[in-house]
Amino acid sequence: MSIPKFYGYRRENGRVGVRNHVVILPLDDLSNAACEAVGNNIKGTLAIPHAYGRLQFGEDLALFFRTIIGTGANPNVAAVVVIGIEPEWTDRVVQGIAQTGKPVKGFSIERSGDLATIAAASRQALEYVQWATELPKTECSMEELYVSVKCGESDTTSGLASNPTVGNAIDKLVEIGATTCFGETSEITGAELVCKERAATPEIGEEFMRVWNEYNDIIVKYKTDDLSGSQPTKGNIRGGLTTIEEKAYGNLQKIGKKARYEGVLKPAEAPKGKGLWYMDTSSAAAEAVTLWAASGAVVHLFPTGQGNIIGNPILPVIKLSANPLTCRTMSEHIDLDVSAILRGEMTLDQAGDRLLEMIMRTSNGRLTAAEALGHREFVLTKLYISA
Amino acid sequence: MIHFLVHEKADTVGVATVDIKAGEQAQGLFMDTQKTLELKALNDIPLGHKIALQDARVGDTVIKYGHDIGRVAADIITGAHVHVHNLKTKRW
Repeated sequence: MSIPKFYGYRRENGRVGVRNHVVILPLDDLSNAACEAVGNNIKGTLAIPHAYGRLQFGEDLALFFRTIIGTGANPNVAAVVVIGIEPEWTDRVVQGIAQTGKPVKGFSIERSGDLATIAAASRQALEYVQWATELPKTECSMEELYVSVKCGESDTTSGLASNPTVGNAIDKLVEIGATTCFGETSEITGAELVCKERAATPEIGEEFMRVWNEYNDIIVKYKTDDLSGSQPTKGNIRGGLTTIEEKAYGNLQKIGKKARYEGVLKPAEAPKGKGLWYMDTSSAAAEAVTLWAASGAVVHLFPTGQGNIIGNPILPVIKLSANPLTCRTMSEHIDLDVSAILRGEMTLDQAGDRLLEMIMRTSNGRLTAAEALGHREFVLTKLYISA
Repeated sequence: MIHFLVHEKADTVGVATVDIKAGEQAQGLFMDTQKTLELKALNDIPLGHKIALQDARVGDTVIKYGHDIGRVAADIITGAHVHVHNLKTKRW
């Protein structure tokens, strides 16, 4: 098969993006107000406020920097203005993003105040947005895409149809040489041995089990009941899913039938090559998709049953659903309706092709439902209490 | 018309793809073998919810996708609604 082409943005480091954001990125919670002011001053920029960045330490701090730097480094981002309360960690973020070769500049608030910082950062943002909006799109190939997958508010229609549709697309993407990634460590519980067998080598399978066991130990340590209502969620249960085991087997349908994962990634860590990868993530949609955006994913596939409405500031989230009730009552949130599979009027292979077509349309610039509706959930994963 | 789908031959539950009414003769389809089956629904089974394909006693295992998805917490009769009232996780 000839590999589909689209018009995207080839960045300074050769990576391909499908969006062209100029991001105003706060180092910390204190700098959100200044970032939002700059975002308001300069049209065409995007401020991404968040809740953390102070007094974190150890692995939690490492994950924080990996996520913030990764967000700025994502190929869907053309240029970045970083604002932090103090200069040192601000510069650490700037230096991290600068390794991609893209334009990035940092501003800090102490000894200037919000107003002077906002004025200086706004001038820089204006320059970046005028530069970025003149960048030409170039012909790119589907194999250059990095696509992440995660489902949400699943129900049994997810396991029957929308997740296997994603799996069909993953098999085809891996076959042409694209990069793909799945995760949701806690939501593999019950099917972990099946997931282990899908590793490219026994060593990678053992590494997956180590990560899964570590995550499960935390759940077991802190749980006060059987988690019913939390995992599966109340929405899952309303849709007919009963246990975590049932949810896990449905979840794993998303990785298709053929592809084997090439390695186990830490949260927000970039894949080290093409093919399918596993990333250790939470199963909470906004947290997980934020981690994938930070790892460099440029398109996300999100099957839903009951209608999770998540989006991300820089990563287009393509929604698909096979639940006819959801497709009818929440149609503005659904990019691809695959409910015909349940009626026997569409095969999984046809649905997979429709999804690949939607990836191409999205990569060419079609706004996803979540983008058009303004869903910009940016949620950092925090591993433990602050110091 | 198909009322419910079954992932695999070994499964002990099917999934309603339409709202099934109590007392209805429901038509099912195995997705792996494409064979059909028919049984009488004992309860209302909403779209997406599970219907029992066989009787099961407390402590038995429920099979879906050909795999263990939990333990029976209250006796189940063929055609009954299977959900949180009679099926529990073995994990947490």
